[in-house]
Amino acid sequence: MSWETVIGLEIHAQLATRSKIFSGASTAFGAEPNTQASPVDLGLPGVLPVVNKDVVRMAVRFALATGADITKRSVFARKNYFYPDLPKGYQISQMAFPIVGEGSITVTLPNGEEKVIGLTRAHLEEDAGKSVHDLFEGCTGIDLNRAGTPLLEIVSEPDMRSAVEAVAYARYIHSLVRYIEICDGNMQEGSFRCDANISIRPMGSETLGTRAEIKNLNSFRFLERAIDFEVERQIDILEDGGTVMQETRLYDADKDETRSMRSKEEANDYRYFPDPDLPPLVIDDAFIASVAATMPELPTKRRARFVETFEISAIDAQSLCSDKQTADYFEAVFEGQTFAPRLAANWMLGELFGRMNKEDVQLSDVPVSAAQLGKLISRVDDGTLSGKLGKQVFDGLWSAEGEVDDIIEARGLKQITDTGAIETMIDEVIAANPSQLAEYRAGKEKLLSFFVGAVMKASKGKANPAQLNQILREKLKG
Amino acid sequence: MHDKTLAQQAALLASGELKSVELVDHYLTRIERLNSNLNAYILVDEDRAREAAVAADARLQKGEGGPLTGIPIAHKDIFCTKDVRTTCGSRMLENFIAPYNATVVDKLNDAGVVTLGKANMDEFAMGSSNENSFFGSVANPWQHDRVPGGSSGGSAAIVAAQLASAATGTDTGGSIRQPAAFCGVTGIKPTYGRVSRYGMIAFASSLDQGGPLARTAEDCALLLQAMCGHDPRDSTSSLTDVPDFSATLNDDIKGLRIGVPEEYFAQGLEAGVADAVKTALAELERAGAILKSISLPNQGLCIPAYYVIAPAEASSNLSRFDGVRFGHRAENPQDLEDLYKRSRGEGFGPEVKRRILIGAYALSAGYYDAYYRKAQQVRQLVTNDFTEAFKEVDVIAGPTTPTTAFSRGEKSSDPTAMYLNDLFTVSANLSGLPGLSAPCGFSNGLPVGLQLIAPVNEEARLLNLAHQYQSVSDWHLQSPVAND
Repeated sequence: MSWETVIGLEIHAQLATRSKIFSGASTAFGAEPNTQASPVDLGLPGVLPVVNKDVVRMAVRFALATGADITKRSVFARKNYFYPDLPKGYQISQMAFPIVGEGSITVTLPNGEEKVIGLTRAHLEEDAGKSVHDLFEGCTGIDLNRAGTPLLEIVSEPDMRSAVEAVAYARYIHSLVRYIEICDGNMQEGSFRCDANISIRPMGSETLGTRAEIKNLNSFRFLERAIDFEVERQIDILEDGGTVMQETRLYDADKDETRSMRSKEEANDYRYFPDPDLPPLVIDDAFIASVAATMPELPTKRRARFVETFEISAIDAQSLCSDKQTADYFEAVFEGQTFAPRLAANWMLGELFGRMNKEDVQLSDVPVSAAQLGKLISRVDDGTLSGKLGKQVFDGLWSAEGEVDDIIEARGLKQITDTGAIETMIDEVIAANPSQLAEYRAGKEKLLSFFVGAVMKASKGKANPAQLNQILREKLKG
Repeated sequence: MHDKTLAQQAALLASGELKSVELVDHYLTRIERLNSNLNAYILVDEDRAREAAVAADARLQKGEGGPLTGIPIAHKDIFCTKDVRTTCGSRMLENFIAPYNATVVDKLNDAGVVTLGKANMDEFAMGSSNENSFFGSVANPWQHDRVPGGSSGGSAAIVAAQLASAATGTDTGGSIRQPAAFCGVTGIKPTYGRVSRYGMIAFASSLDQGGPLARTAEDCALLLQAMCGHDPRDSTSSLTDVPDFSATLNDDIKGLRIGVPEEYFAQGLEAGVADAVKTALAELERAGAILKSISLPNQGLCIPAYYVIAPAEASSNLSRFDGVRFGHRAENPQDLEDLYKRSRGEGFGPEVKRRILIGAYALSAGYYDAYYRKAQQVRQLVTNDFTEAFKEVDVIAGPTTPTTAFSRGEKSSDPTAMYLNDLFTVSANLSGLPGLSAPCGFSNGLPVGLQLIAPVNEEARLLNLAHQYQSVSDWHLQSPVAND
């Protein structure tokens, strides 16, 4: 029998606010344990939560970016369960009335196909703290720095049919939340994590199979592997005549397998009810309009504009629009310049990204400003520099040697365009290589590149390649 | 000087005839002498009180004081006080010291009050007799074998026994008004949201409201003025402007329409209570008010609805007391579950456990609709009754409680009988309305309370009416300690 995989994802995106969702404590990552926990985060008696307005703003940004419904009156609810790193004994979340309702997005799959994936909802909630099991002998330590960190839980419809589709969807959301600047997307630090609901059913069946939920997948690779493993596991069970249990499973990256965490029977009754400490969250049209006014051009639109207006390929446009900062940088490179924007794309995708990968730095830490790169490209475009010399200037910019023209001057990289100077160098090279000259003239035209290389070397790479070529050909003819 | 009202003491302090240090010293001496029998204070903080009195006198000397500057009060031990133990009447918080003040405490400190100590209370404000305190029950100053009411029983006993000029309390289902009635003092629960709940340990968040207990409506007006106001730290705090409560105390009540719900005088009402309340109403009529019989048809549903909603919220609010970060922690736990079970098992008393169980049950999957949702619907019906009634009348009046103070131990083994004490008071909490109890006579030598309920944000109307009643009666001036 052939099987169809059905996948829905729940993505927890940590909202990039400075302070927590219900207290003024900082959300910065990596501080000493329990130094960023206020009485509210500690769940001390009598203290009360107050909603951080930035959190609401960010949820609305997400709704605007996905075209999803904005709930005008959403309700915070308490999810009750005991756990040592859950200070109040309940998590403040949203249940019946989430701030963001239904929407849908269109994802481009690796094979170029487009796929529409429904969004069920997105709701606000607070993160729990962290239990530290390896710090104290025989004891568990509790770090509440993360307690109260704002999360937007984005729930998809079960619209994905393979691990590849799930990863494409997750990557899309990952890119989008960074693009609209509501989440830093840092998966190592847990700012963006996925839970996958996976079931299988006979191909052609309309009813959903029993699902397993795999928790806390914090990389796209793990997401893909966990789904692939889980699908195989479920197929094996069903083909052996067994039944899939509804349960929560964990993915073990070391063993590359999923294992059971708790079954449905062991699941908590969370006793959800509206949080009486927080009145319904009312969002009016004026607020939505004020948020809309600050929305950037969305990646899909911007990609299309790049392709149309700047004549760059769809693939390049996609890379340049992977996040807002990159796209902004791109547009800043050619701002006020006369060269074709396509050149800016080539330089960024080639030289800049290559260097960033090699040195493992983020765009925000790159020492070359967009204006500097633009100036460099203009110097290549106007013939001051050859492409090769341009790369040397780029090195100079990267090592903070100064501005483009200063580096050209200091490194003596200005292209030699004086015909007389080039002729002299060619004459010297020809004179020094009589046998090659003879061979060339006897018909071995491949030797042209030998002469070009030799002259270029003599000019220390600075001879204008076009001029060099032209003059050299003439001289070689004799 | 303890027999003077707060307003009278304030006048003496303002004129310089009386020093706060003298007044504080006087109360501390009384507490020393009388508290051991009453057990109304859980904690007395002499050093801080004397320091605050010195500061208050300096402020008064410079003419910078207000009407509460230098006035000694007690805080119900549910209000967190920075650096001073806050127990909430529970073993769970036997050694808890908050690193912050409740907003109410801050506001009253800003007004210059002197805090003498922390008042006894039913554990986590759950109770109507103050017999549920880990720190022992409280005696009613009128008859020591009677309960003072609850949960603000310590506060009411302190005011009645004149062991402070006034006290703060909280009211979730009647916890200010019922003990005020039992102890013969005046107490007001303002509109939900008027007084910040920040730093006030939560029992049932949608019902809890802080307020003052004092000898007179005039004193309550002064205290409530300082306690009210929007607090950005409490999302349920009201944004409505706070009027000058003292300014309208002497307004004429001629033509004021007082609704008397027939349901409040039904079966089960103690005859002496009914008589005292009817006499008081007749007094108000003579003063120019118009009495009108009204009906609150869903009154009978209040207790069952309340005893679903309040425990449901409490079951969640009290989850934070788990022995992990603060509060009572069981010794040598075997594992996490053992830590939870024994810390909570040892830290909470039986009534608190009962309500956590009821509340957790009411919120459970499969029962939520039948209990919690249904109770919320009842709440709406009760509110609708009030909305209808207030189209016809300005204030609703009746007895605060069905009986006077009962004997200690009488109802402690029968929770349902105990819960019926809240019969007339819970509706104001369910609907978020302001309610006041003022002394209006005696039945078998024990005080009777007259309850007044007004529409939202109309505390001034209640205080005005009560003050006018107290201008033509002297029940509020009678004292169990006249000869002590």
